[in-house]
Amino acid sequence: MNSFTYTRATAVDAAVREKSAASSVRFVAGGTNLLDLMKENIERPTRLVDINHLPLKTIDGTPDGGLRLGALATNADTAWHAEVQRRYPLLSQAILAGASPQLRNMATNGGNLLQRTRCYYFYDLTTPCNKREPGSGCSAIGGYNRVCGVLGTSESCIATHPSDMCVALAALDATVQVTGKNGERTVRFADFHRLPEDQPQFDNTLAPDEIVTAIDLPNEDFSQHFSYLKLRDRTSYAFALVSVAAALQLDGTTIRDARLALGGVAHKPWRDAAAEDLLKGQPATEETFRKAATAVVQQAKGYGHNTFKIELAKRAIVRALKQAAEGTQTATDVFLNSNP
Amino acid sequence: MSTTNYIGKPTSRVDGPAKVTGAAKYAAEFNVPNLAYGYVVSSAVTKGKITKIYTDEILAIAGVLQVFSHENVPSLAWLDRSYKDDVAPGGSPFRPLHSAEVKFNMQPVAVVVAETFEVARYAASLLRIDYDVVEHATDLEAKRDDGYKPGGGKTGWMPPPAPRGNPNDALQNAAHRVEGEFIHQAQHHNPMEMFATTVEWLGDKKLKVYDKTQGAFNSQQYVTKIFGLSKDNVQVISKYTGGGFGSGLRPQYQLFLAVLASLELKRSVRVSLTRQQMFSFGHRPHTLQYLALGANEDGSLAAVHHHALAETSQFEDFTENVVNWSGMLYQCDNVKLTYELAKLDVFTPLDMRAPGAATGSFALEIAMDELAYKAGLDPLEFRLRNYAARDQNADKPFSSKKLRECYHEGAAKFGWAKRTPEPRSMRDGSQLVGWGVGGGVWDASQQKAAASASLNVDGKLTVKSGSNEIGTGTYTIMTQIAAETMGLPLEAVTFELGDTALPEAPLQGGSWTAASVGSGVKAACDALGEKLLKLAQKMEDSPLKGVTYKDVQFVNGQIRLYSDPTQAVVIRDILPANGQEKLEADGSASPDMARQSQYSLHAHNAVFVEVKVDEDLGTVHVTRVVNAVAAGRILNPKTARSQVLGSVVWGISMAMMEESVMDHGFGRYMNHNYAEYHVPVCADIHDIDVVFVEEEDDIVNPLGVKGIGEVGLLGVAAAIANAVYHATGKRIRNLPISIGKLL
Repeated sequence: MNSFTYTRATAVDAAVREKSAASSVRFVAGGTNLLDLMKENIERPTRLVDINHLPLKTIDGTPDGGLRLGALATNADTAWHAEVQRRYPLLSQAILAGASPQLRNMATNGGNLLQRTRCYYFYDLTTPCNKREPGSGCSAIGGYNRVCGVLGTSESCIATHPSDMCVALAALDATVQVTGKNGERTVRFADFHRLPEDQPQFDNTLAPDEIVTAIDLPNEDFSQHFSYLKLRDRTSYAFALVSVAAALQLDGTTIRDARLALGGVAHKPWRDAAAEDLLKGQPATEETFRKAATAVVQQAKGYGHNTFKIELAKRAIVRALKQAAEGTQTATDVFLNSNP
Repeated sequence: MSTTNYIGKPTSRVDGPAKVTGAAKYAAEFNVPNLAYGYVVSSAVTKGKITKIYTDEILAIAGVLQVFSHENVPSLAWLDRSYKDDVAPGGSPFRPLHSAEVKFNMQPVAVVVAETFEVARYAASLLRIDYDVVEHATDLEAKRDDGYKPGGGKTGWMPPPAPRGNPNDALQNAAHRVEGEFIHQAQHHNPMEMFATTVEWLGDKKLKVYDKTQGAFNSQQYVTKIFGLSKDNVQVISKYTGGGFGSGLRPQYQLFLAVLASLELKRSVRVSLTRQQMFSFGHRPHTLQYLALGANEDGSLAAVHHHALAETSQFEDFTENVVNWSGMLYQCDNVKLTYELAKLDVFTPLDMRAPGAATGSFALEIAMDELAYKAGLDPLEFRLRNYAARDQNADKPFSSKKLRECYHEGAAKFGWAKRTPEPRSMRDGSQLVGWGVGGGVWDASQQKAAASASLNVDGKLTVKSGSNEIGTGTYTIMTQIAAETMGLPLEAVTFELGDTALPEAPLQGGSWTAASVGSGVKAACDALGEKLLKLAQKMEDSPLKGVTYKDVQFVNGQIRLYSDPTQAVVIRDILPANGQEKLEADGSASPDMARQSQYSLHAHNAVFVEVKVDEDLGTVHVTRVVNAVAAGRILNPKTARSQVLGSVVWGISMAMMEESVMDHGFGRYMNHNYAEYHVPVCADIHDIDVVFVEEEDDIVNPLGVKGIGEVGLLGVAAAIANAVYHATGKRIRNLPISIGKLL
C-alpha cells in the first residue's frame, strides 16, 4: 500500500526539522491541493507533517501599521476578516473569486501560495511534463494549452500559477515571512514565485527546509480604488483564464500610485512595474489605461489555443482599471451576487 | 370528491427522504462480507499491442490477490453476439481483457484485485506495461473525406429518409439561402455517481450483482451470456442510479471485470471506476454538420440539406438520428438528409440525453434563425409559417402536435413581442441583450413492460416492475399510477424496481419509461382490481353483486358503483372478509402497433432565451429561459418540471461549456475530471420557466404520456446561440460559446 507516516507538529522549529529530514517529507495544512496530487500519484510523500496545530492562525497588525496574515489562517477567515475587508478589500475580493466556499474553508494562506499549477499535462502521468518530471518535455506546447500562460513562458514550460489570492498579494506589495533551518527571512512577493526558465520543477524560491509562517501587507491604502476582475469559463469553481488585480490612488482625476497584477497568464502572479509607471501621474482615462494594457501584453506570446488570452488580458486590464478608478469595486462579475 | 386521484397532481418524490438521508444505496455502497476490491488499470497509449505486463512485482505486494489481464483471462464466450447488449450498435463489441490489442486510450488493460481498495489502487499505480505503439487517428476533422454510410443494427436508429422533391434545384433557385458548418466536440455524460459494480459471491457460481446501470436486465443478460451462467444464478440489483443520461444504457466494463474477478477468486468483489475513467467509454460523438437551407420570397422553406459526419470507434458503428428531424420539424417538399460515420481510435460513442436530436437541433435551429434574418422575418414568425402539420418523413399524421401552442404560450410568457429584431438593438446598461428562439421534436415511444401488484391484508399495496430510477421520478409516478388505479392513498402504496427478480421492464431510456412501465403498472393494478372485485362480490350483502369491472370505480379506499357511489365496499375489508392474507396479480402492456403505426408519435418544444453579453470581455450569461413543452399528459407536474429544468441547464451547459478536449497527439481526453470538464454551477443559472402545453393523445398509449426526459433539451443550445447573435451580430456555429470566441 502507498504508506506514509503522519506526524503532527506543534512548533515551527520542530516542523522545519522534520521537513528537512528527507526530500519526500511534505507539510499538510488544508490539503486541498496536496491530497489531489497524492491521489493522482504526482506526489508520493513518505511522511506528512500536519502543521495545522502550529500557532500561525492569527491575523494581526504589524508594528509598522500593516497587517500580518498567519500562514495557517484559512482563506475564508482571511477574506471575511474585518480588517482585511476594511483596509485590503482587493485581497478579500480576490480570495472570494477563487475555488469554492468549501475549499476556502479548508485552504490556508500559506498553502495558497504553494499550490501547484492546474496545467492538464502536469496532472496526467501518461504525458511528458517538465514540471513533474524534469527533462521529459512540455506537452502543453503544441498540445491543448488553452489554460496555459502567455507571459514569461519558456521553452520548457508554459504552465500558470493558479491562485487568485496571490495576484492581489502581488499587487499589494506583500512580503512573505519564512523560517528555515538557518532562521527567518523576509521575501518580497515578487521574488517568492519564479518564472519557469529551464527549471520549471521549481514553482518558487522557498528552500526545501523552509516554511511560510506569515504574509505581511504593508501600511498602504488601496481601499478606495481597486478591482479584482476574474474571467473564466463559469462563474464559480473555475480557474482564471485571465484575472486582473488593479489598485489606484487618485488625486482628483490624476493617478498618484498604481498597482497592476495579472493571474492566469504566467508561471507567477504577473506584476508589471513598467505598466504601473505608465499610469502614475497620468489622468485616469481609458486612453491611459489602454497604454498600460498594451505595454503589459507587448511581450506576450500565444501558443494557439491560448492566444485569445492576449487580447482578453488587454481588455480586462482596461476594464479593471476603469472599475478601480470609478470606485465601483466590482468583484468579479456583475452576475456573481445578483439574480437579474 | 375523490382524494385518491394523483395523476397530474404535483407530487413530491416518494424516494426523497431515502435519498437525502443516505438510506438510498448505490452500487458501490453495498458492503457485503469478505469483499475484495478491484482497481482498473487504463491504457496509457491509444493504439498498439501490449508486449509485456509486469504482474510478478505486483503480486508480491501484501494484500494483492490477483492481477487479471488478457494473459490470464479464462476462456469465455467466443461469439460477438454473446457480448452484444440490448442497445449494442452494429459491429463487434469491445471485450475487456480479450487480447493484447489496444484500441483506444484509457482502455482497461488490467484489473488489480486486493484485500482493500487502498492496496488495489496502490498496486495498480505500480503496474508496468510495455506497449508496441502504432499510429492512431482521433481527429474527426481530418476524416472529412473518409465518411461512410453506416449499416443498421442499433435499436432505434433510422437511416435518413430518401431525398424528397428536388432539393438541389430548389436550393439553387431559392430566393434566400444560408449554409454553414456546425461543430461540437465529444461530450461525456459525467453523472455524479461513478460506475461501480459490487458482486456478492453466493457460492457455486451464484451471484448477486449490484450494478450501476439504466437496465438491470441488460446487465443480467450480458453477464449470463459471456460467462455462461444461468439467469437463475445471476440476480442484478440497481435500486438507485446517481444519474444516467444514457451512460448506463450499455453495461460498462467494470461489470465484466467485477464478475470475472468474483468467479475466478470465488469471493465477493467490487470494481469502481475513478472520475478520470469516466472519460474512458461512451460519449456524445464529436459531430460535424453541414446545413444549407433555402427560402422562397414568401418566407416558405424551399429546400433543406442536412449532412452529418460523426465519429465512431474502429469496432462498432454507433449511430444516432441527427439529420432526420430536419425533414419533419418544418414543412418542406425538397429535402436531402445524409448521415455518415468516420472510424477513429476511440471508444464507441453512446447515447447521451436526446441523442442525435440534441446535435441536429443545435444546427438546424441556428440555420433557421440565419434564414429568418435573410428572409427579413421574425424567427418565430418564420417557424410558424413553416409549421409542419404532417410528418413528411413518414408521410403520416401526428397522433397529436401542440407545437404551435408551445410557440404561442412560450412567446407570451417570455414577452417575445417586445423584441426588436435588429442585432445589437437591445441593451441593459453596458450589456448587450439578445433574445433567441429554438425548439425541437422527439420520439414518443412505448416498449413492452410487465409488472405485478400485491394487496396485503393490512391494506398495503406493493407494485413491482424491474425498471430503473435514474433520478427522473420513476418511483413517484409509478406510485401515483398504482394508487390512483387502486383507489388507495399514496402512503399505502410501495413501488419496487431495479431488480431482475421483478417482472421485466425495458431499459430506462428514450423517455419511454413513463409510458411503458406506467402502462404495465396500470395493467397489473387493473388485473388486481378485477380479482378484488370478485372477492368483494363474495362478501355478505355485497352491493357490488352482479356488476362488471367496468361498472365500478376504485376511489377513496373503496370500490363503488359508478351509477350509485353510495353503493361501495371498503377495500381494506375485502381480504379479511374472505379470509385471505394477500391477493396478487400480474399485468403487462405492449404498444398497440396496429393503431400506433398509422401515426407519427412525437413530443415537441419551443424554447425562448435571453442572454446578456459583455462585449468587451466576451462573457455571456443566460439570464432567462422559457421552455414550452408539449408532451402529452403530464403525470406529475413537479417531477416533470424538474426534468425540463434539468434539460435547460444541460442545454446551457452544452452551449456554453461542455467539451471533452482531445489532445490528438496523445489520442487522450485531457480535461478528464470535474474541475476541468465544465458544467454550470448555480451562479451560472438564472431564471428558468417551464410551460406544459395541454396535449391530449389517446393514440400514443392508454395513459396519454409522451415522456419528458429529453425533449426539454432540444433547441436550447441553438436558442442561446441565436440570442448571442441577436445581442452581438456574431454567429457562433462551433460549440461551446466560450469566452475567446466572442472577442
